[in-house]
Amino acid sequence: MANNPSIPGGLTADEVTARYMVREHHPEQGTLLGFWIYLMSDCLIFASLFATYAVLGRNYAGGPTGAELFDLTLIAINTGFLLLSSITFGVAMVSAQAKKLGATLFWMAVTGVLGLAFLSLELYEFQHLIHEGAGPSRSGFLTAFFALVGTHGLHVLFGAIWLVTLMVQLSKHGLTTENFRRLQCLSLFWHFLDVVWIGVFTFVYLMGVLP
Amino acid sequence: MSDQLHHAEHDHDGHTTFVTHYSMKDYAIGFLLSLVLTAIPFWLVMGHVLPPETTKYIIMGFAAIQFVVQMIYFLHMNSKSEGGWNLMALLLTSVLLVIVLAGSIWVMHHMNANMMPAMGGASDTRHGMHDMQ
Amino acid sequence: MQDSFDLTKLIFGRLSWDAIPFHEPILLATFAGVIVGGLGLVALITYFRQWGMLWNNWFTSIDHKKIGIMYMILGIIMFLRGFADALMMRAQQAFAFGSNHGFLPPDHYDQIFTAHGVIMIFFVAMPFVTGLMNYVVPLQIGARDVAFPFLNNFSFWMTTMGAVLVMASLFVGEFARTGWLAYPPLSGILASPGVGVDYYIWSLQIAGVGTLLSGVNLIVTIVKMRAPGMGLMKMPVFVWTSLCTNILIVITFPILTAVLAMLGMDRLFDTAFFTNDRGGNAMMYVNLIWIWGHPEVYILILPAFGIFSEVVSTFCGKRLFGYTSMVYATCVIMVLSYLVWLHHFFTMGSGASVNSFFGITTMIISIPTGAKIFNWLFTMYRGRIRFELPMMWTVSFMLTFTIGGMTGVMLAIPAADFVLHNSLFLIAHFHNVIIGGVVFGLFAGFNYWAPKMFGVKLNQFWGKVSFWLWSIGFWVAFTPPYILGFMGYTRRVSHFEDQSVQWLFQISLAGTLMIAGGIGALLLQCFFTWKDRAKLRDVTGDPWDGRTLEWSTSSPPPDYNFAFTPVVHDNDTFADMKKNGYQRPLKDYVAIHMPKNTWAGFVISAISAVIGFGIIWHMWLLVGVAFIAMMAAIIAHTFNYKRDFYIPAEEVARTEEAHTRLLQSYV
Repeated sequence: MANNPSIPGGLTADEVTARYMVREHHPEQGTLLGFWIYLMSDCLIFASLFATYAVLGRNYAGGPTGAELFDLTLIAINTGFLLLSSITFGVAMVSAQAKKLGATLFWMAVTGVLGLAFLSLELYEFQHLIHEGAGPSRSGFLTAFFALVGTHGLHVLFGAIWLVTLMVQLSKHGLTTENFRRLQCLSLFWHFLDVVWIGVFTFVYLMGVLP
Repeated sequence: MSDQLHHAEHDHDGHTTFVTHYSMKDYAIGFLLSLVLTAIPFWLVMGHVLPPETTKYIIMGFAAIQFVVQMIYFLHMNSKSEGGWNLMALLLTSVLLVIVLAGSIWVMHHMNANMMPAMGGASDTRHGMHDMQ
Repeated sequence: MQDSFDLTKLIFGRLSWDAIPFHEPILLATFAGVIVGGLGLVALITYFRQWGMLWNNWFTSIDHKKIGIMYMILGIIMFLRGFADALMMRAQQAFAFGSNHGFLPPDHYDQIFTAHGVIMIFFVAMPFVTGLMNYVVPLQIGARDVAFPFLNNFSFWMTTMGAVLVMASLFVGEFARTGWLAYPPLSGILASPGVGVDYYIWSLQIAGVGTLLSGVNLIVTIVKMRAPGMGLMKMPVFVWTSLCTNILIVITFPILTAVLAMLGMDRLFDTAFFTNDRGGNAMMYVNLIWIWGHPEVYILILPAFGIFSEVVSTFCGKRLFGYTSMVYATCVIMVLSYLVWLHHFFTMGSGASVNSFFGITTMIISIPTGAKIFNWLFTMYRGRIRFELPMMWTVSFMLTFTIGGMTGVMLAIPAADFVLHNSLFLIAHFHNVIIGGVVFGLFAGFNYWAPKMFGVKLNQFWGKVSFWLWSIGFWVAFTPPYILGFMGYTRRVSHFEDQSVQWLFQISLAGTLMIAGGIGALLLQCFFTWKDRAKLRDVTGDPWDGRTLEWSTSSPPPDYNFAFTPVVHDNDTFADMKKNGYQRPLKDYVAIHMPKNTWAGFVISAISAVIGFGIIWHMWLLVGVAFIAMMAAIIAHTFNYKRDFYIPAEEVARTEEAHTRLLQSYV
């Protein structure tokens, strides 16, 4: 553009230019916000599954009901596993923040074991239901049940795979900024799964047992 | 209470970022509260302590409270993280969750009642149009 | 032998030679054409040794500008396929009366209208809109790229692979015959046992992942990467509409993912979500898919509104009238779009109270859009209007879209909708708003930003030919359906008995041919622009006297966009800079931090497509192996910690000085 001698404010050309630029600029880190937004989208997948369960949840099609099928003691134990795993991951985060790699890895391993315990018990429950003729194709109620609880379980499985991968990466590279960020994302994910589980045990199991 | 969880950091660009501070205390409190908020509903249902209708509302209430507890103590939710965008995203998602759930239940209840009378609870299929809800 | 028979089934599932449509001449001819054309293209690329260039500079690129262009190319290619479908339908309907049954048997016709809808929405409009947002938003906010460049590349390839699956269905198997939303029980396993609906489900699931992630990407970009001084209320309106669009994407696409997964489970695992028996409820599918579907159309139109805001203010030489109300209107539309979905199925039987609620909300949502139109008109009032092509498209939009919107308000009345639901009136309405709104918006955006992207002003003559053919052709093509809809004619019908209305269908065909001419003119516009590129070169980077930051860069911008991050003091930042005598900085360049290219996006997406294909054809061994490969690729990618590099200050200096010399040589 041509030179403009009558710049308002009496600034020189260089000063005007300097007003509109900055020499070094590093944009803010977006990973945690991005991951949180992704979790919100995951929330809506669960919302759709919950809505479907709400609509189909009493369609027994002459088959077994929640009251007949659900073993609340088992679910209580599983809830305990998941809740405990949330805490152990929390301890891992505190250790990571304190730069204690060994402790971090230990508590992550404990979390993983608890997660696998949760999954094993859930698989046992599913297998038992299918064996009793109460599989996902039996009725609308059971379809919605398996889809909702199964999707949550799949998320836990992927979380566990992620956990193991991150443990390897931590062993390899240590508690770098990048790895801490990844830990924070996994932490969000893991706790989010526990939050969804609140909905599951309340609306599916506890209310499913009530008439 | 939740302010102890966070402290401000200024990076070299002058951005103020609130950094989550992980503390054992938060997890301990969150754990104990969640335990109680879980145990009571299970006890109410498994022990047939109260009538079903009442039980339903109570356990829903407990679920809502535990949701907030875990948001604060495990997920470190507050109005400052990520410049308030985290909370806004959560609020918007919650609103939509309510719309999707309540909307679907309301719509499908009417659909079932009008279009699938046997499913909607009224088993007499010989109703006329004036019974459409 | 028992063993080899099982092995064949394990490897090939239900795929066999029967899947290839040897007995359908139209398809065979198309297939032959695609093979010849495809091989020719491959030969050309090989002959000119461009595979390396393509892979290194484009396919693995994480540059938002390159990815944006690739999205738009995908959109244009798929547009040709989607339009071919449209032309076939119009031709069929113009002649299939009485004893003449046309050239398309019903099952073929059904696949065509399904593919037409799916392709136009998911593989034309969405990619083109995403491409424009990808290209323009980082430049408009003074950033160097999006927040997650690798994810951006991955999102593009996932969308492309979805398109690949849809195209594959033409030649291997068949497509769905259910309409673009595939309602059960028609789309269930009993009524559609073939592969068509599975192609539908998996291509959309794969593309959907891409779209969702790109939504997250652009939100974080806009929230976190704005130049210093650019508060939310100083962002260009296009950035606001992009923000709202991407929020909509993030909160609405998961519902599509969930509901298609449920349909997939019904088909694969015999579950009872949407079945007629065992307590399924097909109406729940309709409910959920439209909870997605209505926000989806706002995802399409909001960016177009943003484009119009930019175009109107630039070509009237004025600040946009009512910036604040524009922002509020956009946000209100975003929220309200979630409260209207039932108007797509008033007739399904939810009753008067439910229908009334949604009818009222539907009417309310037209109000903020009306506010926007008034703002554009007030911007034009007493402006110095330059009728360049982008502005022409905008005016055509205002006339066309407004009428389409009004027919929408008519449909919002449940009682009226009971007559007009699924009639040709509805078809005319939504084409009116999608073509008049989205397509015209994309043409305006293309003409407006092409000089920035390619450094050439587009050929004006063919652009105008295209404009007139589209603007008039649209009305010729779509007025007859409005009339026919009132008369009671239903959509998706391939043959009629009453010869007295044939003339209306023939007029519609004539209009479609005019639109075909418009598309041809668009292609010629591109061809002649390329041919005359030396003459049409834009050196200044600012051919329109633009008002926003993207016009402060060279055309095309350098890889790093801005040598120095701009600081913002006012809306219409670049106009403000020019007014105050801003000059490009000419010295003291610094090294710039940039992300590296990646193979992971392409590879993971390609494997996803293989998984999709395998699930469709029940090739379980392939699915298992490919799934493990995909997990391995993803994990391998996460082990890559060296993802960035620095452009040295000397190289930045060289690029900037070259541009300075170019500017001086043309003064």
